[in-house]
Formats: sequence, C-alpha cells, structure tokens
Amino acid sequence: MTKPFLEIKGLTVAYGENVIMHDVDFTVNERDVFIIMGGSGCGKSTLLTVLTGLKAPEKGTETFAGKPFWGNGATKADRDALMRKAGILYQSGALWSSMTLAENVAMPLEQYTDFTPAEIKDLVALKLDLVGLGGFQNYYPAEISGGMKKRAGLARALALDPQIVFFDEPSAGLDPISSKNLDDLILQIRENLRTTIVMVTHELPSIFAIGTNSIYLDARTKTVIARGNPNELLKNPPNETLEHFLTRGKK
Amino acid sequence: MSATAILNTDGTDGSAQLRLSGDWRADCAGRDAVVAAFERPAFRHAVLNGAEITDWDSRLIAFLVRLLSLCKKNNVEYTLADFPDGVPSLLDLAFAVPEHADARPPRRPRDFLVWLGETALQCRSSVGKAWDFSRRTYAAALRFAAHRAVVRKQDVLAEIQAAGAGAFPIVSLICFLIGLILAFVGSIQLKMFGAEIYVSSLVAISVTRVMGAIMTGVIMAGRTGASYAATLGSMRVNEEVDALETMGVSPFDFLVFPRVLALSLMMPLLTIYADFMGIMGGGFVGVFMLGLSPDDYFRMTLSALTMRNIVIGIVHGAVYGVIIALCGCYQGITCGRNASAVGSATTAAVVSSIVWMTVATAVLTVIFSVCGA
Ligand SMILES: Nc1ncnc2c1ncn2[C@@H]1O[C@H](COP(=O)(O)OP(=O)(O)O)[C@@H](O)[C@H]1O
Ligand SMILES: [Mg+2]
Repeated sequence: MTKPFLEIKGLTVAYGENVIMHDVDFTVNERDVFIIMGGSGCGKSTLLTVLTGLKAPEKGTETFAGKPFWGNGATKADRDALMRKAGILYQSGALWSSMTLAENVAMPLEQYTDFTPAEIKDLVALKLDLVGLGGFQNYYPAEISGGMKKRAGLARALALDPQIVFFDEPSAGLDPISSKNLDDLILQIRENLRTTIVMVTHELPSIFAIGTNSIYLDARTKTVIARGNPNELLKNPPNETLEHFLTRGKK
Repeated sequence: MSATAILNTDGTDGSAQLRLSGDWRADCAGRDAVVAAFERPAFRHAVLNGAEITDWDSRLIAFLVRLLSLCKKNNVEYTLADFPDGVPSLLDLAFAVPEHADARPPRRPRDFLVWLGETALQCRSSVGKAWDFSRRTYAAALRFAAHRAVVRKQDVLAEIQAAGAGAFPIVSLICFLIGLILAFVGSIQLKMFGAEIYVSSLVAISVTRVMGAIMTGVIMAGRTGASYAATLGSMRVNEEVDALETMGVSPFDFLVFPRVLALSLMMPLLTIYADFMGIMGGGFVGVFMLGLSPDDYFRMTLSALTMRNIVIGIVHGAVYGVIIALCGCYQGITCGRNASAVGSATTAAVVSSIVWMTVATAVLTVIFSVCGA
C-alpha cells in the first residue's frame, strides 16, 4: 500500500564551505503529507531547492518515483523530465506579475502539452475553480490579496496534474482562517488528485491537522533529530528540542 | 483504448445520453462536437455515463466542468452516472465556490481614440508628478545645505565613487574611440588640401566643446541613470521606500538627493577626462596613421584649445548630470509595484534622459550663441 515516492539518502548540503545539513535520510511515501519542520534558518528552504533540483547536494542521493534524481548517474535532463511530475508553491506564490492569473496557469500547459487552446482554457478554468478562484482569470497578481496569490500559485502548481506538490511555508502571512482553508484545500487536493505533498512549515495547527509523516531538522546538529507522525511525536517526543518546538516551549 | 465521447440524442422524451469511455488522459476526438451540442442543446435532460472510463486526469474533469456549466446556463438537467471514484468529489470541489461576480473579459487592444485620450491624460498627470518631484528634490537640496537632511555620509561617498571612478573604464574606451573616429574621418577630407595637421584642431575643438560631454552623458544615462531607476524601483517594490517614509525620513533626502549630488559633481570631472581621452584618440590617428610628429600634434592641439570651449563643455556635462540623475530617480520613485514595472522604469529613465539631454543641448547652444560664446 505505502509505496515510496521520494527517497533521500545521506544528503549533505552546503553553501561553499558552510555546511547547512549533513547525513539527512528520509522517505516520502505516496499520498503522504510529509512535513519538514525546524526553526528559522535551519535550512528548510535550502533542502527544498535541493529536492526540486535547483541546487546540487555535496553528497547523497535522491530517488524520485523510483528513478535517480540526484546521484546514481542522474543528469539535468533527467531532473527536468521528473520535475514535470511535480508542482511547487513558493512562499509568496511567485506568480509572474506581467501575466494574468489565467496566463500564469496556462503557461506550463502551453509549454509541455499539445492541448488545443479551447482545452487549455477549460483546464485553466478548472484549476482556478478548484482553488476557489473561478472568475479571476483576467486579474493580474497585483490586483489580488496575499491568500489569493497563494491559491493562484497552487492552481499553477497543479496545472500539469503533478504526482507530488512541494510547498514552502504555504500559510506564512495568512490569517488563521485562510490558513485553515488552505490546509483543507491541500487535503482535498491530495484526496481527489491523488498527489503526494511535501511541505515546509512551522505552523503548528497545520502540522497536527494534516501531517502524516515528518522530519525535524535541527540547526545546531545540522541533521534530522526526529521523524514520524507529528501527533505521535507530540505524545512521545524523542528529545527536548522537538518537545519545545511542538509545544511552543510551554512544557 | 483512446478516449471517446458518444452523444445520443435520439430519445423522444427530450433527453440525451453521453457515454464516455476509454483512457481520458489522451485526446478525445469527438470533444468539440459534444461541446457544440451542449452549447445549443436540443434536449432538456442529459445523462452522463462514465462507466467505461479506464483512466483519467484533469482533462476529463475540465471537460465535464465545461459541459455541466453549459447545462446550468441553458437550464438543462443532468445526471452523472457511474463515474470513477474521485470524479464526483472533484466536480463538487470545482463548483464549491461560486464564480467571482466581477469576472472581467480579457483585455483587448485599445481603440485609437481611447489610446489618444488616455495618453493625453497620462501626459497631464505626469507633468504634475514631474513638477512635484522636482519641487521635493529642490526642497531636499535646501535641507541638505542647511544640514537638516537625513543622509548617510557613506551613502553619498559610495554614490560618488560609483558614478565617478567606477565609470572610468567605459568612458575611456568610448571617448578614445570617438577621438579616433573624428580624426580618421576628418583626415580623409583634410588630406585633400594637404592640411592633415588641422586634424588636431578639429578633434580638440569638437571634443571639448560638446562631443566629450554628449558621449559621457549618453554613457552615464545607460550606466548610472538606469541603475538609479532599477535600484529605487526595486526598493519601491520591496516596500523599502514606504519603510523610509513611515519612519519620517524623506526618500528625497535619503535616496534622491545623494544621487543627484553625486552625478552632478562627477559629470563635469568625467567630461574633462573624456576631453583628454578624445584628444588622445585623435593623437593616436595623427601620430600612427597620418605620420605627424607627436610634438607638432600636441602643439597644434594646445593652440586650438580655448578655455571658453572647455568651460562650455563642462557646463554641458554638469547639466547632463543633473538631468540623468533626475530622470533616473524620478522613474525609480514613481515606479509601479511589480517586476515588469522596474523594467519599464529603467527603459523610461534612459530614454527620457537622452531626450532631455537633447533639449538641454539645444537650449544651451542658443544661450551660448546669444552670449557670443
Ligand atoms: N544563497 C545562500 N548563500 C549562502 N548561504 C545561504 C544562502 N541561502 C541560505 N543560506 C544560509 O543557509 C541557512 C538556511 O537557510 P534557509 O534554507 O533559508 O532556512 P529556513 O528556510 O529553514 O529558514 C541559513 O543559515 C542561511 O544563512
Ligand atoms: Mg525559508
């Protein structure tokens, strides 16, 4: 039932001489909502750039849907091909400001498929409907709110029916209600589009509400110091750092 | 099996059956025909059957959303029968939030008259904005003179360094080349009269009086004016300018005036340097191509140089410096709040600097000739 989708082994990541993390291992199974936790500056965003092929690790391997992604002879072309099965939602949405929402969502479809314009239009309408932005096709990113930008970014990430979606702090800067709505949306998308989710966040309510598996990256030891289902980790925290994190230092 | 959609409207009770089958991750041949039939429905009830669908992705959902929206619009009742798991819930999700009421039509290219009117209005408002900008820069200059402006000294020095010494390599290259070209082209004519030696005077007068200043101005518009627009524009996008304003620091004191000061101080110096490089370029042609002796060449150059021409060149340079800095900062400060606005601001900064430099040259020429210089 649980098939591994992403397998990370012995990953070491550095900026020049400055090692950000070392010997990181974890496996993301299909249909997981996998949470990468950790304090600010511990390298969560950096890890995401490695997982999505933007930055090369110093050491270690990544296997993506059973195929080598980093190491084992994987090339840039392999990574590009695999990343077409992935969607990414950046911290700020990262919508292209000179294009309307419809054009933003249509761009990957126009690039990577040979669908007819009519079909692309229908697909764009569907993706915007799915994130609750039906009717906003001809708005520019500057004309919508922060939460809407994130949802539009999600619509773009979903354009090519990805098997996996990466999120970098999706609820950062959202009010609790919008953040809860985004969580619900993420769950519905995972349920209905059969996607795997990898999410960087330190929003505790989200972590407990939707996380099925997680790792905690520690800034001091620069590696993973806890892993497992967040709710179980809360019941039996393996160390003080994590307990502190999951209870906001209240215990 | 590839995707198929078969529509059956033979029923006498005003109902239609649509049977979808096959692998819906691929193209469906009959798609457009079915959509067309739903756009002008000849039926009051549609039964959509998905029992024979083997595989699907969002193309199927998008197709169904389209058909169901058409049904709703045309008051056709519909029933979904035997669709694979996940399809009905995705459709529910797609229809969960009603369409935004204020949906806009796509933008069309504007009518000529509309364009003309909008452009005229824009011109009027930008004259107002430019006036306001100049007024506030002037006020910042007064505050600076009275030591009441909030400025960081190291910022001013860094701007002076960037606009002055930093521009040496490119100014050297271009002005040397200009001197070279003037001498080379001039010598072709002067040779006919055996008057090659006057190449030196030609270069000396033209470079010092206006060419040195113009070339430096064009270089600095592209190099420094553009960078002012891009820097201030990105600061506007990142809300850094707002942060300054809310702290009660005028961006004109803190950002605009240091740049205007730096460029208007450095442009006259760069102009003198450009004059020197132009003369060296001319000398290069004179000595190595026309076979004049270096001694003769520079003696003739010195006799052609007049303080009046050099000063006129420097005045041009100073005026250009103010123009470039003002255009660059104006475009940066009034920049829109997204990435492409920064691009337009940069372009506008360079183009408007060059246009205003041309206007200024004309005005200065008239003034100097009226004064008999
Ligand atoms: N481009 C970069 N060059 C050098 N160091 C960087 C760069 N980006 C991030 N870092 C460093 O890497 C560490 C992790 O950063 P980041 O991945 O952004 O953390 P997080 O997302 O967990 O807050 C930080 O200490 C930061 O200083
Ligand atoms: Mg981060």
